[in-house]
Amino acid sequence: MADPPGPPERPGLNRGPGRLLVTLYAVFAIGATSRSVYQLSTRFDEAPLAYVLSAVAAAVYVVITVALVRGGRGARRVALVCCAAELAGVLTVGTWTVLDPSAFPDATVWSDYGLGYLLLPLVLPVIGLLWLRRSPAGAGAA
Amino acid sequence: MGGGFRRGRSVRDDGLEYSADMLTPLTVAVAVAALALAAWCGFAAYRDQPTKDWHFAGMAVVTALALVQLVVGVVQLARGEKPDGGTVVFVSYLLGVAACVPAVGFMSLAERTRWGSATVAAGAVVMAVLQVRLYDVWGGGHG
Repeated sequence: MADPPGPPERPGLNRGPGRLLVTLYAVFAIGATSRSVYQLSTRFDEAPLAYVLSAVAAAVYVVITVALVRGGRGARRVALVCCAAELAGVLTVGTWTVLDPSAFPDATVWSDYGLGYLLLPLVLPVIGLLWLRRSPAGAGAA
Repeated sequence: MGGGFRRGRSVRDDGLEYSADMLTPLTVAVAVAALALAAWCGFAAYRDQPTKDWHFAGMAVVTALALVQLVVGVVQLARGEKPDGGTVVFVSYLLGVAACVPAVGFMSLAERTRWGSATVAAGAVVMAVLQVRLYDVWGGGHG
């Protein structure tokens, strides 16, 4: 949000479709973080692996949200890496939960490819990566 | 966390029994209103329009409902009712629900394109989903 008083035309990552993307990432960041804090602080022993993975997912969502809002070149790179990590995480954890459900006594955001969250955990990083490629001012082109 | 635990409904004979489960119908009402708002703003996005005054009126109505829900929920807690999912979680959900639509409303003020409308629609869908979770946390579905 807080634009520096430099060039007024700063095509950010959170304009247009990016606004929707940032909103969804913010929802996941807030939701996953609060859920994770609650789980880790109250019943970590029940499903340590699931809760640690949830915490990692929450951190990734927070970083992506911040990066998309800031939208500089460095932030772009951070967002790119984190979206890729997120996608890898969803695919790994999703496959893992399908193959070996007993490893997860409690669900994570990424269980079953995020089916419990309307598959958004799977869809968001894909759209995020596409948006990072296509959004205006890629690498100072504009 | 299906509802196994039954909340005490001790307030039977003093005329308070209606409010004892006022939250569940209210939850349904908020969910329906949120979905209607989502459809409305989704349609605006489809027609390539930004949010307009009427949309903001709709957001105000939905937010007002959410605030009523927040107050009713807190009153229920004050009466000594215990949500199945725990008080902290319950209050967090109530606050999250109330914050949803105002947050996306501000986003759409800054984004005067179809994407602002789409953002509001997404926020309203999130709100409806939170209602489902809220229902579970409260322990709805018990007899």
